[in-house]
Amino acid sequence: MRFLRRSYVFLVFLFLYAPIIILIVYSFNASKSRGHWTGFTLQWYRELFKDRQIMNSLYNTIAIALLASLIATIVGTAASIGIFNMKRVKREIMLNINYIPVLNPDIVTGISLMLLFSSIKLPLGFTSLLLAHVTFNIPYVVLSVMPKLKQMNKHLYEAALDLGATPFYAFKKVILPEIMPGVITGFLLALTLSFDDFVISFFTTGNGVSNLSITVESLARRGISPKLNALSTIMFVSVLLLLIIVNIRTSKDENERRPKNEKSYQGNVFVSPSSHDI
Amino acid sequence: MNNEIILRLVNISKAFDGTKALDNINLYIRRNEFVTLLGPSGCGKTTTLRIIGGFEEADEGDLLFEGQRINDLPAYKRKVNTVFQRYALFPHMNVFENIAFGLKIKKMDKRVIEEKVNNMLRLVNLEGFSKRSVDSLSGGQQQRVAIARALVNEPEVLLLDEPLGALDLKLRKEMQLELKKIQKSLGITFIYVTHDQEEALTMSDTIVVMNNGRIQQIGTPQDIYNEPKNAFVADFIGESNIIDGTMNEDYKVTFLGRQFDCVDKGFMPNEPVDVVVRPEDIKVRPQSEGMLVGKVISVTFKGVHYEMKIEGLNGAGYVLTVHSTLMAEEGSVVGLSIDPFDIHIMKKGLKA
Amino acid sequence: MKQYRWLAYPYAVWMIIFIVVPLMLVLFFSVTAKAPDGSIVLTLENFKKFWEPMYINVLIRSVLLAVYSTVICLVLGYPLALILAGRDFKRKNILVMLAVIPMWMNFLLRTYSWMTLLEKNGTINAFFGTLERLAATYLNMELTLPRVNILYTETAVILGMVYNFLPFMILPIYSVVSKLDRSLIEAAQDLGGNNLVVFKRVIFPLSLPGVLSGITMVFMPAVTTFVISRLLGGAQFMLIGNLIERQFLFSNDWGFGSALSIIMLLLILLSMGFMSRYEKENSGGGLW
Repeated sequence: MRFLRRSYVFLVFLFLYAPIIILIVYSFNASKSRGHWTGFTLQWYRELFKDRQIMNSLYNTIAIALLASLIATIVGTAASIGIFNMKRVKREIMLNINYIPVLNPDIVTGISLMLLFSSIKLPLGFTSLLLAHVTFNIPYVVLSVMPKLKQMNKHLYEAALDLGATPFYAFKKVILPEIMPGVITGFLLALTLSFDDFVISFFTTGNGVSNLSITVESLARRGISPKLNALSTIMFVSVLLLLIIVNIRTSKDENERRPKNEKSYQGNVFVSPSSHDI
Repeated sequence: MNNEIILRLVNISKAFDGTKALDNINLYIRRNEFVTLLGPSGCGKTTTLRIIGGFEEADEGDLLFEGQRINDLPAYKRKVNTVFQRYALFPHMNVFENIAFGLKIKKMDKRVIEEKVNNMLRLVNLEGFSKRSVDSLSGGQQQRVAIARALVNEPEVLLLDEPLGALDLKLRKEMQLELKKIQKSLGITFIYVTHDQEEALTMSDTIVVMNNGRIQQIGTPQDIYNEPKNAFVADFIGESNIIDGTMNEDYKVTFLGRQFDCVDKGFMPNEPVDVVVRPEDIKVRPQSEGMLVGKVISVTFKGVHYEMKIEGLNGAGYVLTVHSTLMAEEGSVVGLSIDPFDIHIMKKGLKA
Repeated sequence: MKQYRWLAYPYAVWMIIFIVVPLMLVLFFSVTAKAPDGSIVLTLENFKKFWEPMYINVLIRSVLLAVYSTVICLVLGYPLALILAGRDFKRKNILVMLAVIPMWMNFLLRTYSWMTLLEKNGTINAFFGTLERLAATYLNMELTLPRVNILYTETAVILGMVYNFLPFMILPIYSVVSKLDRSLIEAAQDLGGNNLVVFKRVIFPLSLPGVLSGITMVFMPAVTTFVISRLLGGAQFMLIGNLIERQFLFSNDWGFGSALSIIMLLLILLSMGFMSRYEKENSGGGLW
């Protein structure tokens, strides 16, 4: 039985990883055809870095992801603090609207934003793409920061004031450090969502501005390309490295200070950003 | 204790979403006094404390500190510090940083801060804990840090909001004595909020009993215990038997079907009253010597005494709670007697 | 902290402009049309158009494919989640992480990888060819293996959905099952339950919240996807997502596209309402 169970796990993991491993292997294959191994080469990687279209979209992706998640983190963190302190009815309204982009199918979010941009005659391009990304990122920041605010002992802020801190000092020295893990989670989540987004970007960009997902899609529709294999390999390895680093860091944090009476933090940095990237 | 009044609440009222939390509170607190606000949850004691601390604003009335109105002074400018209910220690700072928080804001010299913090750690018996993270401390130790963090700022008044609520019984008793000792040695005014009447009786100079947003009685622990002003206070402070009775004339009261001598006067003839008798003031006698006769329904051993439920045989089915060091058999019939000065008469309708 | 309420106002404004107004626009476009004289008139034409068999079929196909993939994910994922939560493996965290990592790779590249596998000259067929040749040269045996030819078919689309969404099924179930109180299982055994009974009466009912959120998390993206069908389904397997895209980017029929979006939204809301009726109380099975 135990053997059966283990083989089952192995088979499912094979299913999950085989496509990725094959991509990685073929990214080093000299022949363009997938059928045969004709020798090791780094040619596809060289071509990848020479490809203007891919490099441009990589630049756009990084720029949009960084800018959008930075803006979303600032606006979202501020909003969380504001919403947290609102009266119940207003708070519920804000949180419910905040949920809309999370629950809404991406395609609907995408076309609704496209309709907005075309109604206000904003040309589709970098700006519209950035605005769209900020819009779908903020809710995730709010959802990451909110639980931290709820967990926070509500008297901490008062304690700081009581000890003579001005409201601003109390905010900087007490509230911010308390919610920081949530802020960072929110930022990382926003970053990955933004990095991975295809559907919303597809509808809200134009004028030749495209991100990596859009470029990959258009290349893939034209057929198999060894450059894409190389790109996949690089992306997979970077994600893997990033996850390992973050994992080591968070597990260290966890061991250093784990609040009592609190369910263990489930390392939700690892749990992927819901089904948003579809 | 001297007689200078440090803090005065004048006609303070406060409502939350239309519900009155405080209704016309008038109270003054003397310098170096240990005042306890005592009452069941929701009685307004914590709200009163938060208004003094500056975390809530009174809707009406004045809050005077050394004669100055401070209603509009923000919390961080008041010479008052608070020990919060669940301590509210800053989890991302260690013990030293927590205690030094207020001093750093005052931009004190590093060496002065260090010295003051160390003095405080000594005062609360936490020497050597300064580098520890607050999460690694036990409840009692966290409590001490919270007290040290407040006291290091040398407040004129220290507010304590159920500070011992989360500790176990034994630790509570220890901390009660320790807090009282600290208060005496530093000569600071303490305003202490609790729902535990025993705690209030042990520690306070003055007890303010509150219920439903109103002050029921202010007095020394002895006053409050021995001369409760109404049935609520009598019931809340210690255990009490509250029995319907009739005041026949001055010094004469009838309850449980018998007339008793008492020490109260000034009621209308035959006015219905509440009669309050403490369980330990009812003495168990042989049946023939009792003023009342009752049947023992249950006997529970409580350590120091036995608690007995005794049903009065000649009354209207009242069950009295009696504390006695002598045990009577369950089901036996015993005599009960009450001394005149142990009978407290209260006007009806003051149950609040 | 009440004085910090104003911090929410910038976002409130942002939400109105970028969330509320755009949805209103979709609604607006779905119920209006431009009359020949250029004026805008209220109409339900766009919704009526949807009832043509061609379009209804698209909806039915989308729902069916999503249901198939959800069922396959459940069948594959439930045992896996149980095994991972059980006592077979010591380093569960790593295994769970392994199940999640593929999700972190770009969604399009993940889907693209299946193109290379399933292609006529793709890896799977090449592998079979190699096996045949090896058999011929070393074993002197004539082996004829079948060729997979499923790229640009419904099967490929389902395969792509299962591949992409399987982790969404595994995780919620795992997180519910792994938090099950072991003493419940022991109690059931103590009371005389054999493994099957323990599973049927204890583990399965208690894992239901995870199953429900797993189903939701697979079904929703599956029914709304238009990328998987674009890449693996080719042009002929149009799902409702592709239909919407087409209205905006090719046919320029914004009214019909908006109406389709509203229909999709209703479909999602309906299935969510349906799920939450069974969920009673969310016992924390979700990823959040």
